[in-house]
Amino acid sequence: MSAPIPGNPVLRVEGLAASIGHQPVIERIDLEVPAGRVTAILGRNGAGKTSTIKAILGLIPRSGVVELAGERIDGLLTHRIVRRGVGYVPEDREVFASLTVAENLRLAERDGAPGRELVVELFPDIVQRAGQRAGTLSGGQQQMVSLARALLNDNRILLVDEPTKGLAPKLVTEVAAALERAAQVVPILLVEQNLQVARRLAAQVVVIESGRTVHAGPADEFFADEERVERLLGVHSEGDPTSEANR
Amino acid sequence: MSTVILLLITGLGLGALYFLVASGLSLIYGLMGVLNFAHGSFLTLAAFLGWETARALGADSWVSLFAALGVGAVTGALFAAGTEFLLIRRLYERHIEQVLVTVGLALATVALFDGIWGTDPQFIRGPQWLAETTEILGARIPNNRFLLIAVAVLVLVGIVLFLRFTRFGLVIRAGVENRSMVTALGIDVRRAFTVVFAIGGAAAGIGGVLASHYFGYVSPQLGGSLLIFAFIVTVIGGLGSLPGAALASVVVAVLQQFANFYLAGTGDLMVVLLLAVVLLLRPSGLFGRRT
Repeated sequence: MSAPIPGNPVLRVEGLAASIGHQPVIERIDLEVPAGRVTAILGRNGAGKTSTIKAILGLIPRSGVVELAGERIDGLLTHRIVRRGVGYVPEDREVFASLTVAENLRLAERDGAPGRELVVELFPDIVQRAGQRAGTLSGGQQQMVSLARALLNDNRILLVDEPTKGLAPKLVTEVAAALERAAQVVPILLVEQNLQVARRLAAQVVVIESGRTVHAGPADEFFADEERVERLLGVHSEGDPTSEANR
Repeated sequence: MSTVILLLITGLGLGALYFLVASGLSLIYGLMGVLNFAHGSFLTLAAFLGWETARALGADSWVSLFAALGVGAVTGALFAAGTEFLLIRRLYERHIEQVLVTVGLALATVALFDGIWGTDPQFIRGPQWLAETTEILGARIPNNRFLLIAVAVLVLVGIVLFLRFTRFGLVIRAGVENRSMVTALGIDVRRAFTVVFAIGGAAAGIGGVLASHYFGYVSPQLGGSLLIFAFIVTVIGGLGSLPGAALASVVVAVLQQFANFYLAGTGDLMVVLLLAVVLLLRPSGLFGRRT
């Protein structure tokens, strides 16, 4: 692993392990998310990236240390972790299809939803569709709703899991721009298969292989080392969209 | 014609009873994935305490009837919420244990009711109007059917309004769709579980008091006998679907009445055949989500 990131991290994970049923899905994850930045979790398919996010949130049984702003949260139930200021944008959006857009947002509101202005600024199209059932939206619009739910609240960190998955190139650009703007107000731990997006957004990267952290460090250094990118991710650092890590 | 009208309205009355029991079962399964075999016990205890209340106040008056309904609703809600809080909460995602605990609770409570009120049916009385009939298109309809239908419609409207216009209702609707995502939005979904159990228990409690007027008695077996048909209704309507439970309640009860009259008492058989046909053609029920 590379040298640790200086300063007090917003999120610190040490020795995180998790299993689903009796099957281990991550074995030892160590990472830190510094304030004011995007940290990208990278890795091949099945490496344990989504499981890491779920384990941090307590959505799957886990062991190890998880600290949010210096306080242990690994013993808390998921809803208590979220209420401490952890926003979550899940893989595959997981909007409530039978609820309207407005109901999806209302459900996510905590403590007066101070981030409403940011949501209106970033997703005016979604706000105009308040009365529409979320299940009838396009994939890109559903992703906007999913992001909006997390941005409504005053969070300390966002956990964003593959936000560009399955989106058309134009929408990928829009989502990346929204995340770039969001990162100005809240640090983001981002799982991203699209290396172009990861390169654009991330200040730090954490690479996971077979459920273990194998690299952590500044993003520009990582992407500059093409041999290492290809060895760890099986893809060139330019992020060929047809390559393994982009599927 | 008058026979058809009589069977239809009596079927609607019985369907109302099925709905009051099935609505809670359906919501509980839809949100929590719990098949609650103790649901009939909520109904039976509410019926007994409602009966005791009416007896204490004078069974012939409307005041005692409404007091009995209130006591039944509160009894059902408290019993159900207590069951969720003390027994079910520890067993989410453990389906075999849930079945064992709820079946065990059902058996234990029936034995308890036997011990307290005896095994024989206790015949009840109510306001005189309920024992009378009203003529509609030549058919003389027992008035208690109208009360059953009216109360079931009120309960259905009440639950729909609750689900649509309250924060808890929003959480419950979202939870039926994706429970873990509700939790991931920072919501303690367990509170919604308790509320759903309480609502289901209250509906069953009201159903228990009304069932005692429909059948003319209250007995420890009352809940168990209705629970079987409520489960059938819940499966036909689609587990977790309130509109499905309402429609299936009416279809099952009306079919039962007509088959009993025109097909030599084969109502129960026809209901089971209907269940089989629905499961073959639409395994998730009429309004259930496909998995």
